[in-house]
This record gives sequence, C-alpha cells and structure tokens, in this order.
Amino acid sequence: MPKHQPFSRSLVELGANRSRILRRTLRAIGVYGGLAFFLVIMLFPFCFMLLTSMKPDTEIYDMSQFPLVVKNPTVHHYQYLLEKTRFLLWLKNSALVAACSTLISLTLGTLAAYALARLKFRGAQTLGLSVYITYLVPTSLLFLPLAYLIRQIGLFDNPVALMITYPTFLVPFCTWLLMGYFKTIPRELEESAMVDGCTRFHAFRAIVLPIMKPGLVSAGLFAFTLSWNEFLYALTLTQSSAVKTLPVGIVSQLVLGDVYFWGSLMAAAVLGSVPIAVIYSFFLEYYVKGMTAGAVKG
Amino acid sequence: MGLGNSESNMSVASVRTDKKSLLQALTLWLDRDRRLGPLMVAPAAILLVALIGYPFLSAIYLGFTDRMIAHSETGIFIGLKNYFDLVHDRIFQKTTINTFNYAFIAVFFKLVLGMLMALVLDKVTLLKNLFRGAMLLPWIVPTSLSALGWLWMFQPQFSVFNRLLLDSGIIHEKIIWLGSPFWAMFSVQLVNIWRGIPFFGIALLAGMQAIPQDLYEAAEIDGANAWRKFWHVTFPLLMPVTIVVTLFSIVQTFADFQIVYVLTRGGPVNSTHLFATLTYQTAILGGELGKGAAISLFMFPVLVIAVVLQLRYLQRQDSRNT
Repeated sequence: MPKHQPFSRSLVELGANRSRILRRTLRAIGVYGGLAFFLVIMLFPFCFMLLTSMKPDTEIYDMSQFPLVVKNPTVHHYQYLLEKTRFLLWLKNSALVAACSTLISLTLGTLAAYALARLKFRGAQTLGLSVYITYLVPTSLLFLPLAYLIRQIGLFDNPVALMITYPTFLVPFCTWLLMGYFKTIPRELEESAMVDGCTRFHAFRAIVLPIMKPGLVSAGLFAFTLSWNEFLYALTLTQSSAVKTLPVGIVSQLVLGDVYFWGSLMAAAVLGSVPIAVIYSFFLEYYVKGMTAGAVKG
Repeated sequence: MGLGNSESNMSVASVRTDKKSLLQALTLWLDRDRRLGPLMVAPAAILLVALIGYPFLSAIYLGFTDRMIAHSETGIFIGLKNYFDLVHDRIFQKTTINTFNYAFIAVFFKLVLGMLMALVLDKVTLLKNLFRGAMLLPWIVPTSLSALGWLWMFQPQFSVFNRLLLDSGIIHEKIIWLGSPFWAMFSVQLVNIWRGIPFFGIALLAGMQAIPQDLYEAAEIDGANAWRKFWHVTFPLLMPVTIVVTLFSIVQTFADFQIVYVLTRGGPVNSTHLFATLTYQTAILGGELGKGAAISLFMFPVLVIAVVLQLRYLQRQDSRNT
C-alpha cells in the first residue's frame, strides 16, 4: 500500500473490502444453509426409522411422547427380527441371488464391452446403441411377459429365475459402464503385445483385464447393489417365503395381516439398507462416473 | 493381406489331425476383429434377446389375447379388444391421468431441487465427500425399504409429520396422508421426489465440475454476477447432462412401481394407480394376463419418445463436435 493515500480512496477501499467480506459471509450462509436444508430432508426418514427401531413398543405407540426422542433404547426389535423371523434366510437368498447375477452380468458385460469399445466389426455401432436402449428399458415394462416365460420354463418360485433375469438390466449397465473404462486404456498396450505375436483375445485377457481391475470391481459392486435392491421381479417370480429376497420378504411377510410391527419393520429396513450404504460409501466416485456415463460420453 | 494368411493357416491346420494345432489354427482364425467381435458380444446379445426381446414380443402378442394366468385353454386372439376395453375403462382412464400427473410433477421437482442441490454441493468444500455420500442415501438404499419408513411416517394414528405440523401450528387437524385421493397422490409423489433429488443432484454436480473454470473467470472479467454466470455459463453447458438425466428420469418415474405398491397399492379408490401397479393388479393378482400385457404396453410409447429424443440429441452433439 502506498504511504500517502488520499483519505477518500482508502475509505472506498475499506468499504469495498467490507462489502466483499459481507458478500462472502452471506454466500457461506447461503451455501451451508442450503446444505443443512438438503441434509435434513434427505436424512430425516432414515433417522426416524433408526429411532423407531430402537424404541420399546410402549414408547412407539405412546401419543404423549415426542416422537423424536428415545427414553429407553432397546435392541428388542432387532433381536425379534433375527430370532423370530426369516430375516437371515432372506438375507442369504439376497446375497446368493445378487452374487450369481453379478457374476453372470460381469462376465457377459466385460466381453461385450471390450468388443464394442475396441474391435471393428459390422454392426458394432448398432449393437452398442441397442445396449444403451436396453439400459433404459424399465423393469416394470417387462415383468409380466417375463413372469409368463419363467412359469412356462418351470423356474417359477426358484431363485435361479432371479439369477437369470437380473442380468437383463445388469448386463446393459455393466457393458455401458465398462465400455467407458476400456476407452480410457491406451490401445498401444494391446497393440504392442499383438505385434509381439499375442492374439487379440490373449492380449485382452493378460494385459487389459488386469489393468481393468478397479473398473471391474466397481461395476461388480454396483451390479451387486442393483440386484440387492431389485423388487418387482423378485415379487412376481417367487412365491414361497423360503425363497424370497430380503426386500420382498420384509415388505410382504413381516406385515402380519393388518397389524404392522413397526419396531421390527423399521429394524429390518435399517439392517437391509446398511450393506448397500457401506458399499457405496467406499465407491462413491466410481458410482458418480458410472451414473453420468450416458451423458458425459467417454 | 492378414486375412488370406489366416485362412491359409487354417487350411494347413485342417490337413493335420493334431488337436493342438487345430485349436491354435482356430484361435488364429478367430483373431480377426470381424469374427472375434461378434463372438464376444454373442453371450450378452443372446441373453438380452431371450429375456428382453422375446418377452417384449410375447407381451405384444398376449395383449391381443384373452389369456388368463391359470387357464391354459384361454389365449384366443381377440384383436384390439383389450385396448378398446381399456380405453373405455374408468379405472384405466384414471390410471393414465395419474401416471402422467405423477411422472411430470415429480420429475419437475426432482430437476429443480436436484439442480439446487448440485449448486449447493458445488460450493461446499468442508467434508465434501461425506456430505455427497450422505445426500445419495435416498437414491441408493432399497426403495422398498425406505418406502416402508415413509409408510410408518404417514401412519394415520402415529404420523410423525402430523405431530410436527400440529405442534408447530401449521395445521390444526390431522392429515390422513394415504387415506384421501389428494393426499395419497401428494404423498407418493413426495417420496418419489425425495428419492430422486440426489440422482439429479449428483449427476448435475458431476456435469458442473466438468465445466472449465476459465469460462467463469472470463465471465467475471466481463462483470457477470452469480446469476448471470449461472444463466450464461453453467446452464447452457450443463444442458447435455440435464437432458439425458431428465429423460432417463421421466422413463423411470413413468414406469415406477415400488413406492406406490408399498404405500398405497394404488388406493384409495384407485387414485394412485400407475400403469405398472395396475398391470400388477390386473395380471398377477387378477389373473388377466392379456389385459395386463395391454396395460403395460402403454408405457412403451413414452420409452420410445425418450429414447428417440435422447439419441437425436446425442447425435447432434456428435456432429457438432466433429
């Protein structure tokens, strides 16, 4: 700062400074106020579910108690859930179905994605486009004819039915996601291997796949969570309680007649969501990339 | 030419009976993009044709028949009768209005609030990843389970919303959330919006962060304020992501099932039935497979329109880029 500044000018500067600080403060209030607003809206239902699951029945159904407080927290509902219901069986079914359908989808998706991203052959573009279109097809458009087909081939009420139908939405998802990954790997890697006498498929298996590991892991995890969350196919393709997946089991079986056991229902909803939340918390970045793959073409 | 080479390789190999060299010759023969490509795509393509293509065609066929689920002697071709019946059916008419109402209102609010969320998250620097992860929760957890949570929060006797609204003096008597046609539709839309905001928010945020920073600096030099920067830089450059995400969401919301199934099963008096839930009720619960298939096919035109718009848009982007 120059030493002999006209008085008026420094005042102006002071004012400008002050208004800048004011503006910054206002903006910070706006941003963090907005953040708080969205956090409350997004998380309130989960907090309330958690609170309810920890309350004894006397508190849940006590009209005089403010609903957002828990006086005597209890694990009773969780205990009931694990000991008196088929929760663990459904959990096992869900895990098995999700693991198998993920494995199938990842295998088929990786092969298709590599071919569509790298190889030049007639119809490649049309095929890529068809994959994208099938990616958009909602499950509720097809559940009815699928249910009909599954009954005809005798797989109704069999977990295998879910393992082969889930790939209908997982394969397009994996293919689309992995195509983006393959395009980020420099062609030169395989090409130099092929110059050294490797076949294309060998180069793909020995060189590209190992580099793709992070992509494969994240595609696999997302496929897993998508199958974990699936509801409509599981609802229509299975019937007996013993083969149901977790979401369908909870929604259709824990509700006894018209009496809802809200404490254990909320405990079930919380426990059924936790594995998914944990997986996502580790792979958020990948997820965002995959989600926008359709828009930000890579 | 490499092509001729590989073919002569094969003919040489086929003369020999040695299995190993036959295999080698086969791998060599396959080592051409035009052969390897289709082969690698085939497993996925077969699966998708068998479990998407075939069911889709069979839905079209079923829609022209009177097939009942438990009676194999039914299934007579009845032409467009299902469609004529549906168009004159009061419940179906109501469902059509519901579906459009549900989808467009929900997508509108998801877009607006999602954009707002993205703008907020874009500016947040503190614990960035933690907040983003937390915001995504409604989108990633099983919808059927979070919908159960909402079912509890809308419970007529113990609704926490009623309690909070009554206590704060905003309302003076209980709202029966899922019991009246208006509030039931309001509630299922609310849950759909709640679930969808993070999808828009995080996708638009990713799009925002792909916008080069120097554009904002240039705008600042030109004296643009925050609003003008949003309107003249962020908004136009975010257009491609916004369009793709919105079209995707329209299709998904139009075909939504879980939220309505868990919260209202289409009631009260069919006031929240969507195409998907009416299909389920007609075909799976009611056993009228043919009619159900016809209902589900009403979702198809929206899918086609969305796909066509999206492809056309992507193509235009492509031709502009090259």
